[in-house]
Amino acid sequence: MLHMLENPLQSAVPSRRTFLKLSAGAAGGLMLALRMPGSARAAGDDASFAQPFVHIRPDNTVVVLNKHQDMGQGNATGLATLVADELDADIAQVTAEFAPANAALYKNLAFGMQGTGGSTAIANSFMQYRQAGAAAKAMLIAAAAEDWGVPASEIKVEKGVLSHSNGKSATFGDLAGLAAKQEVPGEPVLKKPEDWVYIGKDFPRVDAAGKSHGSIGFFGMDHQAENMLVAVLARPPRFIAVATGFNDTEARKVKGVVDVVSVPSGVAVLATSTWPAIKARGLLDVTWDDSKAETRSTEEMARELADMTGKKGLPVAKGHGDPEAALASAARVIEVDYSFPFLAHAPMEPLDITVLFDGNSATFWTGSQFQTVDQMVAGTVLGLTPDKVAINTTWAGGSFGRRAQPDSHYFAEAALIAKARLDAGNAPQPIKVVWTREDDIKGGYYRPMVAHKARVGLDENGNVVGWHHRVASKSIMIGTSFEPFAVKDGVDSTSVEGVDELPYELPAFQAEAHNAETPVPVLWWRSVGHTHTGYVAETMIDRLAKEAGEDPLDYRLKRIKKDQRYAGVLKLAAEKAGWKDPLPDGRYRGIAVVKSFNSYVAEVAEISFRDDGTVKVEKVVCAVDCGIPVNPKNIEAQMQSGIGYGLGAILRNEVTMTDGVVDQENFDTYLPIRMTDMPEIEVHIVPSTEAPTGVGEPGTPPIGPAVANAIAAAKGEWITELPLSKHGLA
Amino acid sequence: MSITLTINGEPRTIDADPETPLLWALRDELGMTGTKFGCGIAQCGACTVHLDGTPVRSCQTFIGDVGDASITTIEGIDGKAAKAVQAAWQELEVPQCGYCQSGQIMAATALLAETPKPSDDDIDTAMDGNVCRCATYARIRQAIHLAADKMEA
Ligand code: FES
Ligand code: FES
Repeated sequence: MLHMLENPLQSAVPSRRTFLKLSAGAAGGLMLALRMPGSARAAGDDASFAQPFVHIRPDNTVVVLNKHQDMGQGNATGLATLVADELDADIAQVTAEFAPANAALYKNLAFGMQGTGGSTAIANSFMQYRQAGAAAKAMLIAAAAEDWGVPASEIKVEKGVLSHSNGKSATFGDLAGLAAKQEVPGEPVLKKPEDWVYIGKDFPRVDAAGKSHGSIGFFGMDHQAENMLVAVLARPPRFIAVATGFNDTEARKVKGVVDVVSVPSGVAVLATSTWPAIKARGLLDVTWDDSKAETRSTEEMARELADMTGKKGLPVAKGHGDPEAALASAARVIEVDYSFPFLAHAPMEPLDITVLFDGNSATFWTGSQFQTVDQMVAGTVLGLTPDKVAINTTWAGGSFGRRAQPDSHYFAEAALIAKARLDAGNAPQPIKVVWTREDDIKGGYYRPMVAHKARVGLDENGNVVGWHHRVASKSIMIGTSFEPFAVKDGVDSTSVEGVDELPYELPAFQAEAHNAETPVPVLWWRSVGHTHTGYVAETMIDRLAKEAGEDPLDYRLKRIKKDQRYAGVLKLAAEKAGWKDPLPDGRYRGIAVVKSFNSYVAEVAEISFRDDGTVKVEKVVCAVDCGIPVNPKNIEAQMQSGIGYGLGAILRNEVTMTDGVVDQENFDTYLPIRMTDMPEIEVHIVPSTEAPTGVGEPGTPPIGPAVANAIAAAKGEWITELPLSKHGLA
Repeated sequence: MSITLTINGEPRTIDADPETPLLWALRDELGMTGTKFGCGIAQCGACTVHLDGTPVRSCQTFIGDVGDASITTIEGIDGKAAKAVQAAWQELEVPQCGYCQSGQIMAATALLAETPKPSDDDIDTAMDGNVCRCATYARIRQAIHLAADKMEA
């Protein structure tokens, strides 16, 4: 049957205005007033203990409720470590579950809404989860004191057991019900750092066993339900094109296909299982209206960005001195242009989401990363208040930013499909929307394409007299609900973070920004602006060290301004890498340091060249200062992961478009980093008593410049256009 | 059309088109979701299962072609190599997001069953088809060596 869509639905994604109406009190962050969906108390039985972050079951299990999304970065284990330590729980009794969507209880203290990002999970939860553990312990002790008729001060707690010198002892499970009746202490007493048993030491990953046995139902993609339909969408070949009609005659012939539904983001085939939906999607014949779509090629977009950096831009709030004047009187000016491609996140689990909507309420199952936004967007689409939108957060198979969406577009899409089905008179039915890898790679929400222009004035001796910097890219934040907090005088802080100021002593420095326009949706990608600013800043510094005739490490150390934590990681990485030791023939080293999300990471990359001229990164030595290291093993894992992720991108990854159509489709054309690309990695942690900061992203930014600086050590040239495969180097 | 397959030692009958990839038959028809979908084009290894002990990509194996070959999935692997691999995986805490790990474990188990003491080159060859976007590769390599030691012990 041929469908003509006279009035394609208006995009259901709520506008910035809607969001602002829904947000209250902009001054204190994104404060979203939500009604709480009932008490956090589990099953309502009398033998359990249920506080928002800690449940203790009669079977002696301690459940730590994770208000965050754990997509591999290990915060479920990190938060469990904090609670278990203050509670003096036994490792074996501790498990983790995801908290329900409830901003009042579970907001990220750094955002004011429930959500995960910016490597904030441990940083914002450090006190909160310790307090939750300490409060639970105090209540268990009070329960034991009541039960045994002894003073609370005489009760000892060790590895999940309460005891008294009179010989009485009990497990947490035994006392859970009585503990629940005790008063919740307002200011529970926290342990002193020297008394920590797990923090800074070792606490095994709570998800290692399940993830080593393919356990059922771990991921959103694995969600199954009686009578569930699977939806796969034909999506527009060009960004934001809309379907004006489709012929589904052939698609409907596929056994298992139940319905074909048009929504603003595409045409959805619904089938009784995934394969028929995928197959039938390929048989749809859709007519697209490209009149508002992006029809340019990426080459053209890159030229536009480069042109922009040649013109005056919006001044970035930070900066000092008058670099233009310094440049005018400099003995010499170095001008370097950089170009960065669109990047797909390509998490191992593509997007997926299950929705069940009955007209009065909706339930979702997915690896939600921005629960509050997701709840609000779904509610807006379905005409429900957020409290009528339940989200069952599942583990996510990676995200790297992809699931944290200011527009919650995948929730909106699923909600619209469910609504269309209900509106057409069908009974409520769970619907799982599955994105194939092609949908993922071609689906936008990329790290933006970016151009930089750095102009540095030098005196006769090669010393910097001034540095002027320009960045041009599409803003991630403008037009989203986050704009009021992230954009100032037109400058999106995420476009320039890392080059708004530099950690080095420079007589004059000023950055400017340009906001480019394209219908291609863009999004934060592991470490956001630092993915490109770190590369530019740290390859420029290397170049300037060479101009000054100095060793790149010494050059940096000499010029680090006040913040000596930069120097700390630089020195540690250099020492462990044997920076000053001679290298075997054919080996070259590069160093870089980037602070992101308040963590400091320095990396030394050692490279060689294969016979075909491509770069082999042999070894990376990484030093990280993330304050108190809560879980050292996870910090090491995250550094390895960040390095691998960043390395994969600089080697071979770019999303390109020809006349607006994405050229890459799947892992055969968007080539992921593999085992044989992976260097040996050594991670060293700077001991610290500072408050803990994140580790999910900060490992990523320094690897690109460290490798580029090693290539320059070999060839005398810094690569300024990524990826390296463009230059025969990968 | 109804097709009978031997999965983890049991006969299982599936009513689906013979061109259905084994991956989707396992996941959707049989509810065995340990085998993962990553790419659908034999490029990532997330869907790896064993066909008569040999690792294959179930996304490109069609149920009509399996015949009476014996299929083993992550839910059913057993034996010395599998036990050693899963123990090593847990001990070294290999998984991060974990989504690729069923496939990694299936590939590693097949490698060790064939080559109980693999070299780094053997590991490269056997594992390069398995993508891990979290880049847990260093620990995967370590865990394979550890599993080899466990098998010897
Ligand atoms: S899903 Fe089969 S190889 Fe990727
Ligand atoms: S552990 Fe996340 S993809 Fe491998």
